[in-house]
Amino acid sequence: MKRLGLSRLAPVWLAAAPLLLAAAPTTLITDISQSRIDINTTFKGADLLVFGAIQYPAGAVPDAPPDIAVVVRGPAEPVTLRKKARVAGIWLNTDAVRFESVPGFYAVATTRPIADLADSRTTAIYEIGIRNLQLSPASAASDAETRAFEQGLIALKQQRGLFQEVAGGVTMTRNVLYRARIAIPAAVPVGDYTAEIHLIRKGRVIASSSTPISIGKSGFERWIYVAAQDHSVAYGLAAVALALFAGWIASLVTRRG
Amino acid sequence: MDLYLPIAEMSVNALVIILLGGGVGFLSGMFGVGGGFLTTPLLIFYGIPPAVAVASSATQITGASVSGALAYWRRGQVDLKMGGVLVAGGVIGAGIGQIIFRALQKIGQIDVAINIIYVLFLGGIGSLMLKEALGALRRARVIAAGGSAPPVRTRRHMPLVAALPGKMRFYKSGLYISPLAPLLLGALVGVLTVIMGIGGGFIMVPAMLYVLGMSASVVVGTSLFQIIFVTAATTMLHATSSRSVDIVLALLLLLGGVAGAQLGVRAAQRLAPERLRLALALIVLAVAARLLIGLTWTPASLYALYPSQ
Repeated sequence: MKRLGLSRLAPVWLAAAPLLLAAAPTTLITDISQSRIDINTTFKGADLLVFGAIQYPAGAVPDAPPDIAVVVRGPAEPVTLRKKARVAGIWLNTDAVRFESVPGFYAVATTRPIADLADSRTTAIYEIGIRNLQLSPASAASDAETRAFEQGLIALKQQRGLFQEVAGGVTMTRNVLYRARIAIPAAVPVGDYTAEIHLIRKGRVIASSSTPISIGKSGFERWIYVAAQDHSVAYGLAAVALALFAGWIASLVTRRG
Repeated sequence: MDLYLPIAEMSVNALVIILLGGGVGFLSGMFGVGGGFLTTPLLIFYGIPPAVAVASSATQITGASVSGALAYWRRGQVDLKMGGVLVAGGVIGAGIGQIIFRALQKIGQIDVAINIIYVLFLGGIGSLMLKEALGALRRARVIAAGGSAPPVRTRRHMPLVAALPGKMRFYKSGLYISPLAPLLLGALVGVLTVIMGIGGGFIMVPAMLYVLGMSASVVVGTSLFQIIFVTAATTMLHATSSRSVDIVLALLLLLGGVAGAQLGVRAAQRLAPERLRLALALIVLAVAARLLIGLTWTPASLYALYPSQ
């Protein structure tokens, strides 16, 4: 009887499906405090605030707190990591490994430690966590050696604040509002960044959103940088002229004194 | 006061850099040396990338040498002909140095190479200066005690220099030698200017005196004259190839350097020249020792990061 009832109801289910599907996915609404970070003369780093709300289907806020991972990453570039070794008493650069895609900046803030959010396969797919970054080392060295280089690279980047992992860096309000503060250090590379926000429940990413951020030199800094890159001859001549002028002024002061 | 350097791409304390320039300027005013050999390593200790430190320090030396060169010029103590030959050699040397610099950068040994060359040159020249200064102090003491000082050995120039072909007259320097000698000397110092970010006065001045045998009155002025041109050429080379000249950094250094040099000149007038030379020798050796420690002690991190070309 029950079976019959269900199948009789089937057309109703089908008719309701588009409606249900439209309402079913949980969505993330995200905003950031600055979509452009200007590096000017007094730049000492910046605090980027990533915040937003979770929109539940039919406004059904769950009782269990959801997990959020906020990933801010900068442009990837190839880098070479060199390792020093003692040769005849002197520390020389000996071995080198080239990494094809190292983000210039990578910060992840999560509600809980990454290992508790999801299994390692999921966090690896979404590159959540520094250990899950695909740095693409290109070398003929053994796996152990490559791993050692990878750890060396990560340690260097962490030391400069360019790789960050903050468990508990995302705060939730009433299981709906979330926010995370990402510290951008002064030595941050310029370029196009993205802030990705992943909503994780029961070990699965159920919603994601992405927002672009651009970090660039502005005003005087930009002017100098562009001049040095694009008009290097004029820039060099200007540097020499400026130095000569400063020396000449100094000589005038000296003569009077 | 924090300031973001556009080329070094880092935030520095402007006051620290100005004071650093001032301290080096003080020493250069006191001892009559350019001070590049101190500026570059100090900037690297502070955390400025070595390539930027070397290039910007060359720019700073151009400015720092101008006032000194002008002062000697007014007193007619610059041998233009000799200076011209040295500059020609220096520019050739700077070109060679640039090729070496790029090659070392490519194989990832530039930092180590800069350090090793510094240790060798500062160690060697510091020891020679120390020996000379101690000898001068001893002579001064013997004279003060009423004794007759042992004669200082004098020689016009090295026999090798006299053997070079094609002689030329340098009136102000009081020399009749082959221009090849100063050309080679200029080239050698030019190579070092590019790699080490120094003016090279502390190598050039003794070499002019003891290798070429120039008359002492024009040595410093002519050396400063050639430093202006060779460091200017070096700035151009770095600006167009490695693009590592930080104009803001150079200006900060100059700002402090100009003031420091004035104080240094005044301080020097109250001290005996032998003691000054002794103090300079000790400073040079101390920098060499600090760099040697950096090369031989186990570094805090075994890894270093370089952008891939």
